[in-house]
Amino acid sequence: MIHAIVVAEEAPNPLIPSASDLVWSALCFVVILIFFWKLALPRMKKMLDERAEAIEGNIAKADEAQHQAEALLEEYTAQLADARSEAAHIREQAREDGKRIVAEHKDQATSEADRITRNAQVQIDAEKKAAAVALRAEVGSLAIDLASGVIGESLKDSTTATGVVDRFLAELEQDDKAGSKA
Amino acid sequence: MNLLVPAADGDGTFHGPTIDEFFPPVLFFEGTPFEINRIMLVRFVAVIVLLVLFWIGTRKMRVVPGRFQSLVEMGLDFVRVNLAFDLLGKKDGRRFLPLLTTIFFMVLFMNLTGVVPFLNVAGTSVVGTPMLLAAVAYVAFIYAGVKKHPAGFFRNALFPAGVPWPFYVLITPIEFFSTFVLRPVTLVLRLTFNMISGHLLLSLFFGATTFFFFTAPGFFKLLGVGTLAFGFVFTLFEVLVAALQAYIFAILTTVYIQLALAEEH
Repeated sequence: MIHAIVVAEEAPNPLIPSASDLVWSALCFVVILIFFWKLALPRMKKMLDERAEAIEGNIAKADEAQHQAEALLEEYTAQLADARSEAAHIREQAREDGKRIVAEHKDQATSEADRITRNAQVQIDAEKKAAAVALRAEVGSLAIDLASGVIGESLKDSTTATGVVDRFLAELEQDDKAGSKA
Repeated sequence: MNLLVPAADGDGTFHGPTIDEFFPPVLFFEGTPFEINRIMLVRFVAVIVLLVLFWIGTRKMRVVPGRFQSLVEMGLDFVRVNLAFDLLGKKDGRRFLPLLTTIFFMVLFMNLTGVVPFLNVAGTSVVGTPMLLAAVAYVAFIYAGVKKHPAGFFRNALFPAGVPWPFYVLITPIEFFSTFVLRPVTLVLRLTFNMISGHLLLSLFFGATTFFFFTAPGFFKLLGVGTLAFGFVFTLFEVLVAALQAYIFAILTTVYIQLALAEEH
């Protein structure tokens, strides 16, 4: 009951602010306003600007990197094409060289063989001649020995003997030639 | 003084909370315009918490935010984007951003003290703060209008274009009343009485719970479980109301500024 009486006596009106209520509210408001205005919001703005800048910077960086990569790729592709054509060129050259070398060697071998054959022929001819000369001398003395044996007399006069043999051999050769001709 | 048990006296009867709760005894500077009572202290706590949170949250802002910075950014972005930029556009939004941010967070933090244990009363439940903020909003939108249309603001506001002149007899008083009287008054009343009723509801539920548990006889004690549950639910509801009223106060201020800046009404 005392409580109710006290209420009736004071009966504060909730719509009429006391002076201190307004004073402290205003102080709170001013403090918060200055805080946001001068400190918190500028910090926030600065950070947002930095963020926007960072994002833009990253995009630019990525663009640049892509351009560089494209340029590199182009360069490599060109280099690769160059290398391919060079390789083809070298291969062609090698093939031609190979052919040329083989041909050269073949020529060389042929001429060498010819040369050897010619030499052999010359040697054979020379030996044949030598053999013919030797044979002639041998056959001459043999024939004379034989003839002197047959005739029973020595052909003392060697000049005559030699003339006889030579004539005989010439006849033989003539016969031989006639035989080979016939 | 514990507002959790505001009115359950020891005499065995139950007294509901009264309007006196919003006029606690003066603690400091009695008799001067700087009197400090419990509610002023609650407001100071709200302001200090607000300043500390945002000071730490914006102290070392990094381009890639951490968890706490993300939260602070989300709060500041809510006012910046959803209120200022969306309604006022970038240019005017930036001009009024500090004011709108201050109004939103001051109302929000002072509202939330109503559900914080041991504070238990909203700083905005005493008419001074809502009245001051409404006055700020009032000055802000008139300032915005007069600055933008030095000659035409009051004419546009009081004598809307396209109305036959005899109707001004009727329309002009209505416009004057709705724009220059009702706007600030509704701002004050809406916020103040939402907070007053919220606090009265909570103290009623928790006061009744205390009464049922400790004073009521026999099976009536069980009723305390029900009132406690209601108290819990309404505490959550008060959190919603706190955020909602802060949003409403801020968005109405923004809309009033927007209307004042508009070319034609």
